[in-house]
Amino acid sequence: MRKLLGISLIVLLSACASQTTQPEVDDLNAGAGAGSGGSDLMGSGSDRPSYFSQLQDPNSILSQRSVYYEYDSYTVKSEYRELVLSHARFLRDNASASVILQGNTDDRGSREYNLALGQRRADSVRNMMTLAGARDEQIESVSLGEEKPRALGHGESAWSQNRRTDILYRGE
Amino acid sequence: MGNFLLFENLILMSIHRSKSIYRALILLLCLISAPVYAQLNIEIFGGGASRIPIAIVPFADENKLQQSITSVISADLQRTGLFKLVDPAGLSPHAPVEVVYSDWANRGANALVIGRVVAISGDQVEIQFRLMDVAKKSQLTGLAITVPTAQLRMAAHRIADVIYEALTGDVGVFSTRIAYVLKRGNKYALQVADADGYNAQSIIEYTEPIISPAWSPDGSQLAYVSFENKKPIVYVQKLATRERRAVASFKGSNSAPAWSPDGKKLAVVLTGQGGSQIFLVNADGSGLQRLSRSSGIDTEPNFSPDGRYILFTSDRGGSPQIYRMPVTNTETSNAERLTFEGSYNVSPDYSRDGKDFTFIHRNNGQFNVAVQEIGSRQVQILTNSKFDESPSFAPNGKMILYATEINGHGILSAVSRDGQTRQHLSVQIGDIREPAWGPLPTWK
Repeated sequence: MRKLLGISLIVLLSACASQTTQPEVDDLNAGAGAGSGGSDLMGSGSDRPSYFSQLQDPNSILSQRSVYYEYDSYTVKSEYRELVLSHARFLRDNASASVILQGNTDDRGSREYNLALGQRRADSVRNMMTLAGARDEQIESVSLGEEKPRALGHGESAWSQNRRTDILYRGE
Repeated sequence: MGNFLLFENLILMSIHRSKSIYRALILLLCLISAPVYAQLNIEIFGGGASRIPIAIVPFADENKLQQSITSVISADLQRTGLFKLVDPAGLSPHAPVEVVYSDWANRGANALVIGRVVAISGDQVEIQFRLMDVAKKSQLTGLAITVPTAQLRMAAHRIADVIYEALTGDVGVFSTRIAYVLKRGNKYALQVADADGYNAQSIIEYTEPIISPAWSPDGSQLAYVSFENKKPIVYVQKLATRERRAVASFKGSNSAPAWSPDGKKLAVVLTGQGGSQIFLVNADGSGLQRLSRSSGIDTEPNFSPDGRYILFTSDRGGSPQIYRMPVTNTETSNAERLTFEGSYNVSPDYSRDGKDFTFIHRNNGQFNVAVQEIGSRQVQILTNSKFDESPSFAPNGKMILYATEINGHGILSAVSRDGQTRQHLSVQIGDIREPAWGPLPTWK
């Protein structure tokens, strides 16, 4: 599965940022470096907002960026609730920060219908965030449908990784 | 349906297992003249008894051209499944006076195509052809076309159209074009090709996905969805100049473009006002108007040929089904449900006469091309593959182009309206998907 992460910068960044286990911390650093042109997470010498260091701190829940779903569901599972609420509070406390929420689906069925299903997943995260204090203007929920799979192939192991919403901070 | 399964097994071997000399001849000619990466792979199933036996004599002096005319005509006609090619071996009339009708009657041919190529100048040729009725011993039709040598295939397609129209009474679609998305490695190309897959040209290439190409009714522009900016945005691009504009780039997702029959408006699906709902925009991106209002997903709009209705996919009833709503100046939550069999019916496309629509029907975990008569609601499932997508009617309503998968590889396929004949269009490298059959050329 690691090999698949090179598909594009967006996939690379979101995939690396999504890891929830400690052994993946090195990947997180590499991913952030690729995106910002340097591996210094403090962003020294750039005009990046200071809050990015907080977002990318591997010890912070804010470094986790992916919400996964059950088959044919767009309900945010309880295990991802704290992740979503943490980002919501971060947005509430950092008025200049904004996110794009990208919903994704597995590849069964119509591409356009899957685009609409992915939108529901992104919207479910957006609704939870706005209820927790993030402002509408800080959030754009969109769908990538089945077009940007994290894992390729037919089968539940691939499909379960593709049923997700990714949280991307603008300017990161 | 058992025969369809057998057919599926034959597809990949068809180049190696040529059972008839006609097929071998056609494949050989195709291979010789094939562009580097596009290649047509024809396999015909069914329709045997009712096929029209036709003999096509290689035209006089066509061997001096870079491109054989009669091989293109033969392939066009054979792909429809309506014709049986009769071997002209040993006989080579090029003018009516040279035709001995009894020879052709003895070989079982009902129709005979003869002709010649006349060089006019360095890069212009005239092609004269005649379609002869063997039983009546007379000419049915004929044509003389002058073309630049760079457009020999197009001239052959026009001749095939004339033959098809004379013998079937239907409009020929060999001169039309198709659009599709080719994914090769990490690159996505929106391509336009002749209806037989040749002369493929990339309209735009990206490292991000492209989906849902839709032809403007005059064939001059394509609308499509691009993900180049981290989200789906609808663009319209002119084929001649490659100039393009974003027509739907609102907050949220923008997708599923469909042209109104007059080419002035596009139906699109937007999410900015909550959910996925159908809107109308002018072709220049102005004048946004909401059309559908439901608490569910409304997507995949497709205009009726008279512009009065839109077919679309909605899960307002609990599962994705195909609905029809009137197009008016106000938004509406009213729509008539058209599909009832099964729990997953999506991707509707009207036939050009508005009497049928094709769609994808899920059946026991398989996604298949189906067609439904709007009047009688009669449904026919036309394929037996696993992952069919994006069906698109030919402008004469006789064939349906769709995307399918063979050994994990995306290819285009076409099935006749009656399900009797199928053909495959394969690309050697890459995945091909999201086909859209273009309109008839404007001179038709």
